[in-house]
Amino acid sequence: MKLPVYLGLLREAERVLAESFRQVADGHAAEPDVHFLSHTLAQQCLAHYEALDPIVQRYGEARQEDEPERLHAEGLGRIRSGPVGLLRDLQDVYMLASVVEITWKLVGQAAEALRDRELLELVARCHKETSTHLDWLKTRMEQTAPQALIAAQ
Amino acid sequence: MIDRIAEVWGTRTPYEQDQRWPVRVDQKLAEGVGDDDVDRWVQSACVLCSNGCGCDIAVKDGRMVGVRGRATDIVNHGRLGPKGLFGSWQGVDNKDRLTRPLVRENGRLVATDWDTAMQRVVDNSRRLLQEKGPLSHGFYTSGQLFLEEYYTLSVVGKAGIRTPHMDGNTRLCTATAAASMKESFGSDGQPGSYVDIDECDAIFLYGHNMAETQTVLWMRVLDRLAGQNPPKVVCVDPRETEVARHADVHLPVRNGTNQALMNGLVREVIVNGWMDEDYVAAHTLHFDELRDVVEPWTPERVAEVCGVDADDVRRTAEIFGTTERVLSTVLQGFYQSHQATAASCNVNNLHLLRGLLGRPGCGILQMNGQPTAQNTRETGADGDLPGFRNWGNTDHVAELARVWNVDPLDIPSWAPPTHAMQIFRYAEQGSINFLWVQATNPAVSLPELARIRELLHREELFLVVQDLYLTETAQLADVVLPAAAWGEKTGTFTNVNRTVHLSDKAVEPPGEARSDLDIFLDYAHRMDFRDRDGNPLVPWSDPEGAFHAWRECTRGRPCDYTGLSYERFRGGSGIPWPCNDEHPDGTVRLYEDGVFPTDPDYCETYGHDLVTGAVVGEQAYRAMNPAGRALLKAAPYQPPHEEPDEDYPLRYTSGRTVYHWHTRTKTGRAEPLDRAAPQAWVELAEEDAERLGVIEGDIVRVASRRGEIVVAARIGRGRQGVVFAPFHYGYWDTDGVGPGEHPRSANELTITEWDPVSKQPVYKVAAVRVDKVATGDGPAPAPTTAASRPARPGTVRPTVGGSEAMADERIAPVEPPAVATREEHP
Repeated sequence: MKLPVYLGLLREAERVLAESFRQVADGHAAEPDVHFLSHTLAQQCLAHYEALDPIVQRYGEARQEDEPERLHAEGLGRIRSGPVGLLRDLQDVYMLASVVEITWKLVGQAAEALRDRELLELVARCHKETSTHLDWLKTRMEQTAPQALIAAQ
Repeated sequence: MIDRIAEVWGTRTPYEQDQRWPVRVDQKLAEGVGDDDVDRWVQSACVLCSNGCGCDIAVKDGRMVGVRGRATDIVNHGRLGPKGLFGSWQGVDNKDRLTRPLVRENGRLVATDWDTAMQRVVDNSRRLLQEKGPLSHGFYTSGQLFLEEYYTLSVVGKAGIRTPHMDGNTRLCTATAAASMKESFGSDGQPGSYVDIDECDAIFLYGHNMAETQTVLWMRVLDRLAGQNPPKVVCVDPRETEVARHADVHLPVRNGTNQALMNGLVREVIVNGWMDEDYVAAHTLHFDELRDVVEPWTPERVAEVCGVDADDVRRTAEIFGTTERVLSTVLQGFYQSHQATAASCNVNNLHLLRGLLGRPGCGILQMNGQPTAQNTRETGADGDLPGFRNWGNTDHVAELARVWNVDPLDIPSWAPPTHAMQIFRYAEQGSINFLWVQATNPAVSLPELARIRELLHREELFLVVQDLYLTETAQLADVVLPAAAWGEKTGTFTNVNRTVHLSDKAVEPPGEARSDLDIFLDYAHRMDFRDRDGNPLVPWSDPEGAFHAWRECTRGRPCDYTGLSYERFRGGSGIPWPCNDEHPDGTVRLYEDGVFPTDPDYCETYGHDLVTGAVVGEQAYRAMNPAGRALLKAAPYQPPHEEPDEDYPLRYTSGRTVYHWHTRTKTGRAEPLDRAAPQAWVELAEEDAERLGVIEGDIVRVASRRGEIVVAARIGRGRQGVVFAPFHYGYWDTDGVGPGEHPRSANELTITEWDPVSKQPVYKVAAVRVDKVATGDGPAPAPTTAASRPARPGTVRPTVGGSEAMADERIAPVEPPAVATREEHP
């Protein structure tokens, strides 16, 4: 069974996403909405990470060589500055959050097939929150893109 | 005659439930002017709060010399508050008025003519449009202009300049009222009516110090309380306001915990079976989600987080849950806190759960702060699309483009409109270089003033300020345009409960001052804005022409004005919209049939996630199939982002006093009002003062992470651990633009943060510390008549007005008026 591989992937992606939200929050502290919301969302990601623990324990940790792909969810690295920098950073976080969102979706499919009620409940909650992360990132980027791309210095 | 500074609410005229509120005509004439001396009375309505009291202006020899309430007006039944009596004409007939345009030359503002000033505005507009395009322009307007002016501004900004950067100071006062109604009901539009005060069995005031912010509305409540079958009163406010003193239950919640309380109240109504299940099933969506979100909020948990008694929470919920007719009102305590929209939506939720809407005595008043804020919202001068159209709906944009005869692509609608705090951020970052501010004073009223002053000061920002006086903001401007005031121009405006009034011109403006409408028309003309056929984009040339154009713009929308006209207003009362063929006398209450404007093709918004402000989007919204049902929107409680800690151990909140309006540009120049509250102060709870070794009148420094103020302390009756400062005091009458040696403006301390949905700044949640810096030489200059009353009565001389504050009251000279007669009594 390869589900443990996906659970490990998901848990790691949530950790990286939390870290990235925190970086954006601190790196763009002059944008209060980005600052406060990114901290809130980072906490949600960490909560997802922790909530996965008992599930991972139950299914067992995956072995390193079982990883099905080469695409690692990597964090932001260094934060950018300025209006376009903010846009690019949010876009990077959006990509990370997309990985998290689709992974929850796929884990949820497996949970359905396994009739794992505990995992299904967790997926329902976390997938919804992650979708909201994407919605917010999209809303914020769409709002700011014209200004950053046309009018900013 | 009665001293209306000392007796803020005047003489009681008690009345019973379901009776009409008796008439009491309040009048104030200038010293030495008698009734017989008045040449003529000119019809108007008061602009010194959002209540919208009908009044007449006395004119003698071409000057305003008095004011009286209109006995026949459905809003105030003849009454006026202290600000209306003493600060209306007195606040504008003043030697300090701007009488000529000013332009900045070699760093100084110098007087000039209109041609020079407007040419400078137009030259900068054209240059920036060419260099950077429309996104270089921002407009920051007010809740003080008239409907016709906002609508003209809206067309100029959206289809002339084509910028999405338009907002008003309504963002600071009323944005959450609009946002909460949009989220719950699909569109802006006040469900209730003031008449509901006459009919209710209980009235809930959420963060609403009505006694000071809408004195005439509070008179109506006081008169009910003095009559037979008085309503129960519930007050949610950390301060012991006049409302709290009259309350059956006062919940002095810690500021920053509103959503915890509201989740608890919703939960109580659900678990005790006080819901109207049929109504919920037929007329709402998302009940299960709401139930799940509020589930953890037992009265005990609410008590712990909010710092109130669990039994009081139960009692409050029981009053709400078991009383037949309940009216709720909401204002800044909710709107200017974090989770503003979520908490205000929960008020809507409570009413939806019990079906307490659209029936006599069962209303919601999501209050406005300012007299014409409703029009800022309706016309889209706050960035929204005019007529409560949905920027996310391409058909709505196309419809608007047809009304204006422009290409739909000309109307910026690619994203939500840019809210005020973001406009100022873009100015700070240098991507907005042209900012036109009208009738508002951001250098005193926005949060974190040091930052605001700095960004307004910037060389690369071309700042135009249009105002009555040389405000703190005007002193930073590149061009200052002198505007005509209330009484010096004609126009309409709409109050909290949708009542539209006409305010006629009584006198000529001073010097070369011009109406805001004429200034916008002049700009449109000079910029040569054209529609798609090459005709002038703004074809009207006077207020009535603008009103006619606006009427067409509202056809078929929730705020339908098509049945209204200047002629219908003259001689009578205000009329509440919608007013059209279906409702020829206007409309008392919305949603009588439980059908809400949530239809995807009709709604003003597809909604937002209340925690993040993420837009829901058309597809997801259509998938919900709202079909005229209201939305029960839920959000978990989140603690405020700045809570007390070791360095800043106290909770800070800012607010209003009954005697002042905004940044005192008018009321600070009206003698009786100014004398009643001449100087800034800060209120400390007795227990905190004792611990700090501070007694009444001592000078204290209040510091936050953003700045500090040094003012006298009033030892008041607020909640322990909470510090309050009035936000009215800036520096125009002390050091000019900024604090200099004497910082006193409440917004030196506030935090730059806003609600994720309404984008209303958070003025009521921050952390501060207080230190005594000097012994006082007498009591603090705070009034004793309302919430700032001293903890120990008798230790401070009572606030009185004296001879200048004497006003007439005529009790019950005529029968009370009825609102929308044919609708109420077909």
